[in-house]
Amino acid sequence: MAINKVFNSPDDAVADIFDGATVMIGGFGSFGGLPVNLIVALAHQGAKGLTIIANAGGAGFELSKRIKPEGYQDIGILFENRQVKKFIGSMPALGGMPPTSPLERLHNEGKVEIEMVPQGTLAERIRSGAGGIGGFYTPVGVGTVVEVGKEKKIIIGKEYILELPLTADFALIKAHKADTLGNLVYRGTARCFNPVMAMAAKVTIAEVDKLVETGELDPEVIVTPHVYVSRIVEVTG
Amino acid sequence: MKIHLDEQTIALRAAKEFADGSAVNLGYGMPVLCANFIPEERRIFFQSENGVLGYAGLATDEEKDYELINASDQPITPAPGMCFFDSSASFDMIRGGHIDTVVLGAYQVSETGDLANWGRPGRPATGMGGGMDLAVGARKVIVTMMHSTKEGKARIVKKCTYPLTARQCVSMIFTDIAVMQVTERGILLKELAPGWTAEEIQALTEPRLIIASDLKEIEL
Repeated sequence: MAINKVFNSPDDAVADIFDGATVMIGGFGSFGGLPVNLIVALAHQGAKGLTIIANAGGAGFELSKRIKPEGYQDIGILFENRQVKKFIGSMPALGGMPPTSPLERLHNEGKVEIEMVPQGTLAERIRSGAGGIGGFYTPVGVGTVVEVGKEKKIIIGKEYILELPLTADFALIKAHKADTLGNLVYRGTARCFNPVMAMAAKVTIAEVDKLVETGELDPEVIVTPHVYVSRIVEVTG
Repeated sequence: MKIHLDEQTIALRAAKEFADGSAVNLGYGMPVLCANFIPEERRIFFQSENGVLGYAGLATDEEKDYELINASDQPITPAPGMCFFDSSASFDMIRGGHIDTVVLGAYQVSETGDLANWGRPGRPATGMGGGMDLAVGARKVIVTMMHSTKEGKARIVKKCTYPLTARQCVSMIFTDIAVMQVTERGILLKELAPGWTAEEIQALTEPRLIIASDLKEIEL
């Protein structure tokens, strides 16, 4: 008998995220693949001193209206709430926007630390963490600020830098469908960072559009196998 | 009269470089406009680093689906053969040299093809996104940019003063007044916007330009 992974609400699913935890948050940029309901639940829950690993730092609700007229919630709410001490990602702020996103504002005030990671390096550091790899050599960042403080190596005549793995206490991710075992499938470009983050945390919490019975998903198209998924919450809208 | 090409026209000219059947990634800003200028007879497989290959183009308001977007957060439309993948697979594709061409914006390009396109003075939280991976990994890096800053300073420089994206990666530069190629000997001026002379382009460019023997007006 498999354990029950199905939670009734996003609030229940994130209840034990503790102060000082490292939390990966899936998605890509401002919307599409972001586990919005879990993010808002974490904001309500109030854990502090978090390290957030995510591709983008979010816009926050006010600035989001410049991108989508009705506005939307994103990771920005966690910075507005002062729950984060460090952000690790590739796009902390939106370059084309005025410097008013919550993360950029707090960073400029010295209240949140940022570790800037090229996007592909971010994905690969997470995959390394997920797969038990101790790091990897990449040509990305050679000759730039990214190489500062890192081991360099020439391999077959080409220069590389050493990048180290990333793991997390929790991963909050968004998928399209889950079965009750926790197998996941995604929809469109909402896949992005979700599958790789799902594999790299001690506890992976998935919000899904639809929960189905075990056996209903085609085994040939399952992207995230259930061993990686600890909790599932079905959300609507 | 001197003509400055607008962003749409620069994108149109850059898009002429895409070979039929090639995989092309378009960066944030002016580069994504290239998607609008692909001739009917050519099939280009647009890749976006958030995890899609082979989308058709940009969606209208009626068509938009926020789970089908490009890396600039713009809703896109499907095409037959389109496929999805996650971020790590996407960057294997990019870093591993499987993308034929990437078009990127730039603050500065140096005479050796160094690219600076992400960090801005006074904006320490602005990140590089996937720009570094694309600049290092794509087989051919094309830049679309305005030739000068709003204050009239050169953006094509001897040495970049803005934070670097990658060294020696740019192969072609398309601006509002010129088309240039980065060569081992320096920057080759190949095409001019209507009304401009090579001397006038040189005056707005820091490094010494090599003038192509077949220098001509930009062909659109």
